[in-house]
Amino acid sequence: MTTFRINGRAVAVDVEEDTPLLWVIRDVIGLTGTKFGCGIGMCGACTVHVGGRPTRSCITPVGSVADAEITTIEGLDPAGQHPLQRAWIDLQVPQCGYCQSGQIMQAASLLKDFPTPSDQDIDAVMAGNLCRCMTYVRIRAAIKRASAELRKAATND
Amino acid sequence: MGVLKRLLISFLALGFLGVLVFGVLAWRPAIAPIAPPSPASFPPEIVAKGEVLASAGFCGECHTVKGGQNFAGGYPMPTPFGVVYSTNITPDPETGIGTWSEEAFARAMREGVARDGSHLFPAFPFDHFTMLSDDDVRALYAYFMTRPPAHAPARTNGLPFPLNVRYLQAGWKLLFFRPGHFEPAADKNAEWNRGAYLALGLSHCGACHTPRNLLGAEETGDAFAGAVIDNWIAPPLTAANPAPAPWTQDELHSYLRNGVTALHGIAVGPMSRVVHGLTALPDADVRAIAAYFADIDLSNDRLASVSPAVAQAMSYASRGVGQEFDADARLYTAACASCHYNSGRAPLAVRPDLALNSAVSLPDPTDLIQVVLRGVGAHEGIPGVVMPSFASALSDADIARIAAYLRRTRTSLPPWTDLDMKIAAMRGQINSTP
Repeated sequence: MTTFRINGRAVAVDVEEDTPLLWVIRDVIGLTGTKFGCGIGMCGACTVHVGGRPTRSCITPVGSVADAEITTIEGLDPAGQHPLQRAWIDLQVPQCGYCQSGQIMQAASLLKDFPTPSDQDIDAVMAGNLCRCMTYVRIRAAIKRASAELRKAATND
Repeated sequence: MGVLKRLLISFLALGFLGVLVFGVLAWRPAIAPIAPPSPASFPPEIVAKGEVLASAGFCGECHTVKGGQNFAGGYPMPTPFGVVYSTNITPDPETGIGTWSEEAFARAMREGVARDGSHLFPAFPFDHFTMLSDDDVRALYAYFMTRPPAHAPARTNGLPFPLNVRYLQAGWKLLFFRPGHFEPAADKNAEWNRGAYLALGLSHCGACHTPRNLLGAEETGDAFAGAVIDNWIAPPLTAANPAPAPWTQDELHSYLRNGVTALHGIAVGPMSRVVHGLTALPDADVRAIAAYFADIDLSNDRLASVSPAVAQAMSYASRGVGQEFDADARLYTAACASCHYNSGRAPLAVRPDLALNSAVSLPDPTDLIQVVLRGVGAHEGIPGVVMPSFASALSDADIARIAAYLRRTRTSLPPWTDLDMKIAAMRGQINSTP
């Protein structure tokens, strides 16, 4: 029995300790916003937050997240109105959309660590999130837009 | 009688005398068993003090097995001489220490002698606990005698003859063990002495961090020079520590209290259990341990090296980003940079910087490989934060490339050798350990 919290809700799952967290999130708990891309942590489609930090859930055994706080794309913002999500819509970022949950989760953490990210910061931190449709140009623009919005909100408060 | 015959007889006589003298020195009387004291007979505040001490002394780490009752023993300790199993220290009268008086308990802690007079194997660190104050030993006795008794007979140790003869441990003690309370250093302040008492006596840091000789005794002349333990490397805690930034009191305190520092990284594996054990101590005690080691490692003499070390670490930010023809750099960026990249003036503690991490600077890649293969659980390192295990994600060759890349670019130290082999061996070892 592994217990943890997901999107603010306490859960207890009865699966083998080495079950990848991704399967627990999708199949056991039923939150399918997080995607399977490669299964080896090299594409980023499975990115969720554990303790607020971006984590590749396809190679994270569920046993290792006991008592942790997990956030999926569904829980990033209760109304889906995170500045990144708004920028994603404003700039029409997704093409097929498959990588976008992971991209947004990774970018959300990028902005926490680097509120005004340079192109180099974006290159390095987002390098593990692959997009086969090559919408990278719009991803970068959306990150910068969200960063500007967060900065404005911070100075206006 | 010929000279040779006389010599032989004298030699035999001396030998016989020697054995007799040794036998006399090695013998310890049994202490009479007592009726198990009622838990109510121990003042609650003494029991509470004992609980703190038992936590910071990591008693449960060796005397409890996963899935077993607390302190019921049975934990296997692989030593160069064979496997030694920890014993039951619950107050069970038959299989535990229920019939041990406080005098018997104190003798075990201070001299490594069991109630029945037999010598304990030094896998039990009585060479450290001998330094504990009488009050602390009394409190530990109160704590253990008030635990739920568990019926768990001692497991047979895997020591070959004659190493399993307890009597012979007296010889080991004669050579390597001097019982005695902790002696405060007159030229050091109270905080340092408190830290020394805890580090040397209770928390027995040297049991992992001090190298041992062929007979398994700590080389006290080389205290805290680093050692291999349980397939991890316990790094040197002296000025020989290879991390680019020195371990100052603040760094050590942050590491031991929170499990993480920005300039060194996180506490994983065996060290994460140390951090857990120390949480019972008041903050002043952790600061004291930090003060002691900050003095041992001469960090005050090396404060000027902090800024250059950080600047150097931050200078790697642009490596592997953008147009990059080094395939190893690209692999590192794809697999690791999302979490380990840092830029700007200083690294973030939540982004453990590998240029500053001692795992990359140690002569042996063991600790780095361990973390890459095992990952870091939510209860280790930064509480609630994990690193996934890359064992199923990366091949031995890929992990070797990343390790070699970090070594080559983040340090100017000699390259690691036999990485593929070491990774394969460690993978096998992790898979075969429950």
